[in-house]
Amino acid sequence: MTEIPLTTDQLAVTYTGDREIEAVKGVSIDFPANTLTTIIGPSGCGKSTLLKSLNRLHDIQENVGIEGDVLLSGDSVYNTDVPAPEIRKRIGYVPQTPTALPVSIYENVAYGLRIHGEYESKADLDEKVETYLRKVNLWDEVSDRLGAPGAELSTGQIQRLCVARSLAVEPDVLLCDEVTSALDPVSAESVEKTLKTLKSEYTLILVTHSMAQARRLADEVVFLYLGEVVESNDVRSFFEDPQEERTKTFIGGSTPVDRDDTPTEPADTPPTPDGGDGSTIGDDKR
Amino acid sequence: MNRYTTQRLFGIAVRTAALLIVGVLLLVIGVTVARGGGVLLADPSIVVTPPGSRYMLEGTGGFLHAVLGSLFIVGPATAVSMVAAVSTAVYLQSDYSSDRFSDAVNMFLNVLWGTPPIVYGVFVLTLIIAAGAQTSLFFGIIAIAIFQYPIMTRYTDEALRAAPETVRETTYGVGATRFESMRMTVRAAAPGVIAGLVMGFARGIGDAATVLFTTGRSTRMPGGLFEAATTLPVLIFDQAMSFNAEVRSHAYAAAFVLTIVVLGLILLSKLLAGRYARYTPGGNR
Repeated sequence: MTEIPLTTDQLAVTYTGDREIEAVKGVSIDFPANTLTTIIGPSGCGKSTLLKSLNRLHDIQENVGIEGDVLLSGDSVYNTDVPAPEIRKRIGYVPQTPTALPVSIYENVAYGLRIHGEYESKADLDEKVETYLRKVNLWDEVSDRLGAPGAELSTGQIQRLCVARSLAVEPDVLLCDEVTSALDPVSAESVEKTLKTLKSEYTLILVTHSMAQARRLADEVVFLYLGEVVESNDVRSFFEDPQEERTKTFIGGSTPVDRDDTPTEPADTPPTPDGGDGSTIGDDKR
Repeated sequence: MNRYTTQRLFGIAVRTAALLIVGVLLLVIGVTVARGGGVLLADPSIVVTPPGSRYMLEGTGGFLHAVLGSLFIVGPATAVSMVAAVSTAVYLQSDYSSDRFSDAVNMFLNVLWGTPPIVYGVFVLTLIIAAGAQTSLFFGIIAIAIFQYPIMTRYTDEALRAAPETVRETTYGVGATRFESMRMTVRAAAPGVIAGLVMGFARGIGDAATVLFTTGRSTRMPGGLFEAATTLPVLIFDQAMSFNAEVRSHAYAAAFVLTIVVLGLILLSKLLAGRYARYTPGGNR
């Protein structure tokens, strides 16, 4: 049986600001281990909201109500005395915008290790920084300038730096929020390559609204629409044999579900391995 | 009027405004440098010489007492105010306060910023009288710190707000606590925080009204925390009012020193801010 490190149980997220919006409506999903699961759906369907609720990142926002629960290896994420930072250490998060912390490249990777005190000596820290920079294929590009500001790297490099920083604290699960949407195609490709190599070792959850990207990277696909899971399946079945009408429409590209998305494939064309909308630009922010 | 004429007229207006600003600045600095610089060049030692016993009457000796008086008041005041300002500004961010609360506090800070410094002077004077104490360096430090606090807090608050939101998400995303995350945000906002520090110092060292009632006046070297002292702005006023032409000329020399200190500080802050900006997300682009 496949190990399931992360599960949501009737998870609902409501924004309670000026007007009440139920962004995620009682979602129950299993995220299998050592698998890359993509959450796809049109802009504003609740993808990022769902992702951030998996590691209690909404705690840092005002006016967000959460119901239901998330289970990390069977332990509740919400109904627990464990402090949220400890949970976020186990469920890492890489934001949409590539962000170098205002410190050196080295310190960007060392950041999590330092705050959690997860190193024994300077040599140990050096070794770990190198290990994780290698994991994201960045070591060769930066090894001669580890002391330089992280902000001086290209956006693609910064995004890989972000992944390295998140991996360094050895999370059980890594959440990636449209991590290629702010990147040019070449940089996006390098980040995708990194995610591909990582998925055998880590449990990755990637939010994207690019179906082409989901096809290229995913093992499992969850299709979210208006805060509800419409369909979730392995990537092949999802794209080749969708069960739900709304999924077919979304994949097909006629766009009653989302006028912002611009799929290029007509509805009746069978999916190709590299097909899809190809779009990488989007905004799922609230 | 045709669009291009409007554009040309606007261009002329903008350039005139820029010239006006630079012109006034050059005039102030020019007069200070020409008159004060001349006096200083003739006898540079007046800056580092303690005043003679009849300094205000005859101009014997120099005005080291006021230079030190200013530094002894504004240095500690800036340090105290900075700690309070950064703490307040951090507390006003969304991690600690609601938007409504921080908006309300910011409004009060703006009012405090706009309050004439002499009001702070009178306020601290009331405290001095209530405590049965007398004017001294100590009360000068308190008055200047209160004067600087809203300025530094507003600068720091704006800088923290302008820091990228993703720094928060990123730090929380690897399991940082609120404090650890905020430390990184302050670091990302460092150029703005430094600008606030320098503005606070510059305003503090240039203010006469606040210290007038609280530090008193003295023509001797600062003797201790609870003794009266003189600062450069108060000295300049006294010198300029003197009957003695030499003492009056020293006013320009003192003004020159004050201007150079403030200009130097602003340049230093630019340098420091530029250094930090390299590390700030998006700062190098």
